[in-house]
Amino acid sequence: MLDDFLVRALVAGLGVALVAGPLGCFVVWRRMAYVGDTMAHASLLGVALGLILGLDLGVGVLAVTVTVALLLAALQGQRQIGSDTLLGILAHGALSIGLVAVAFLESVRLDLMAYLFGDVLAVSTGDLLWIWGGGAAVLAGLAAVWRPLLAATVDPDLALAEGAAAPWTRVVFVLLIATTIAIAMKIVGVLLITALLIIPAAAARRSARSPEAMALAASVVGALAVAGGLALSVTADTPSGPSIVVAALALFVGSLALPARG
Amino acid sequence: MTGVGKPEGVLLRAEGLAVRLGGRVILHGVDLTLRRGEIVTVIGPNGGGKTTLLRAVLGLLKPSAGRAFVADGVTVGYVPQRFALDRVMPMTVARLMSLTARPGRGAIERALTETGTAHLIDASVHGLSGGELQRVLLARALVRAPDLLVLDEPVQGVDFTGEAALYELIGTIRDRHACGVLMVSHDLHVVMAATDRVVCVNGHVCCTGAPHEVSGNAEVRRLFGPQAELFALYRHHHDHEHDLTGEPVAGHVDHRRDHHDHHHPHGHSHGAAGHAG
Repeated sequence: MLDDFLVRALVAGLGVALVAGPLGCFVVWRRMAYVGDTMAHASLLGVALGLILGLDLGVGVLAVTVTVALLLAALQGQRQIGSDTLLGILAHGALSIGLVAVAFLESVRLDLMAYLFGDVLAVSTGDLLWIWGGGAAVLAGLAAVWRPLLAATVDPDLALAEGAAAPWTRVVFVLLIATTIAIAMKIVGVLLITALLIIPAAAARRSARSPEAMALAASVVGALAVAGGLALSVTADTPSGPSIVVAALALFVGSLALPARG
Repeated sequence: MTGVGKPEGVLLRAEGLAVRLGGRVILHGVDLTLRRGEIVTVIGPNGGGKTTLLRAVLGLLKPSAGRAFVADGVTVGYVPQRFALDRVMPMTVARLMSLTARPGRGAIERALTETGTAHLIDASVHGLSGGELQRVLLARALVRAPDLLVLDEPVQGVDFTGEAALYELIGTIRDRHACGVLMVSHDLHVVMAATDRVVCVNGHVCCTGAPHEVSGNAEVRRLFGPQAELFALYRHHHDHEHDLTGEPVAGHVDHRRDHHDHHHPHGHSHGAAGHAG
């Protein structure tokens, strides 16, 4: 069954949607949409590194996104340069280094379009292992830090004063985002990864009454967006990554018609 | 819910505490000890370092000298000065109650009942009024079965009647849970009603003692101006109440003093406050 490219695409997309839902909720709650963008932009450097060193591109991307995540966590300790400025420096700095590095690789043809927008219809069985294995690891990590991370997101001082927040939860969180970006790149491409994180979460907000309900609903919305986007892509011959995001957007707009529940 | 098996004696301590923020010395030379069963209220002018003292004790700020700490094994229940949950996160009262603890539904209901908010258990936190939110936050701290309650301006956003009731409730909670209470307040008049010890902080501890001792302090009078007069006035009235029971006192009859009369008819017995409500 996995021989069918469409089935592989669906399985891959659902794997990413499942992870992006709850993780995207934290991105939305912590107002970190641009963190996702920054790591995604920086991932081009990972692609370049992978090509230069002859590594799997996923490994190269993971190495770079993790490095950027740790740099961010370390640099946010100081207050003289704001978070938005730091994010811009890291995103565009890493993206530019990546583009310059790629220019030296004359012999290598980089399919920039596939990199920017993804090509879910081209995922291999190996990609599926990478997506579901990485996705399971991210979900397990998120479950492990869920309560302290949520408490620290609601009120960092309160969580710290009551001994409910370990300082490393924030680091674990950015590492989880870094991993998710590395596995989702194949599906929607670096330009649209953040959309997959934040749009389903935003669409889930109105119907949810608790953080956990919103996380679950975001996964469901993401899964529907993947299915709808793939259907659109196959029937109308549109690019798959953007089609998935368009489907997510339609679900978000639809969610606005729901009564707000809290 | 009682203090059985919990650490006895000293719950928190500050020794020679100094805090420097942005190059400015906010606090220096602060000593403070709080024992189980005590209610200590920190008063002082705005910018005097009340909240800074609380934050240093809770480990949210690093002292520049000395030390401040909550004793080992002490469970803290904290009601912060500002709790503004972003609307981007959906949250019911029940879920908020289990933010830093894992109480069952029964324990949640009991804690909410104690603060008179049991009917809100399934409500959204975003729809609560200021007074309801303060009571829910107090219940949230209580559901942790705290040894030490730390309250930073606990009556913010609460109207006056609610304010009086909330302070009375804090006294009742101390009696029932046998915990210690450290709170910051800007209202001198309520300090009288529900406090064993007042610590006046203005960069340093300018005086400390029972409420009636502090009210006579010259620096407190200077810092608080007219409000300190009210403080003294209350004490004056209070002194005479035992002699002239039932006699209306001419002038200055305001609802604030009436409140204190009501809750403090016999010295500073906090047990009396329990059945008054």
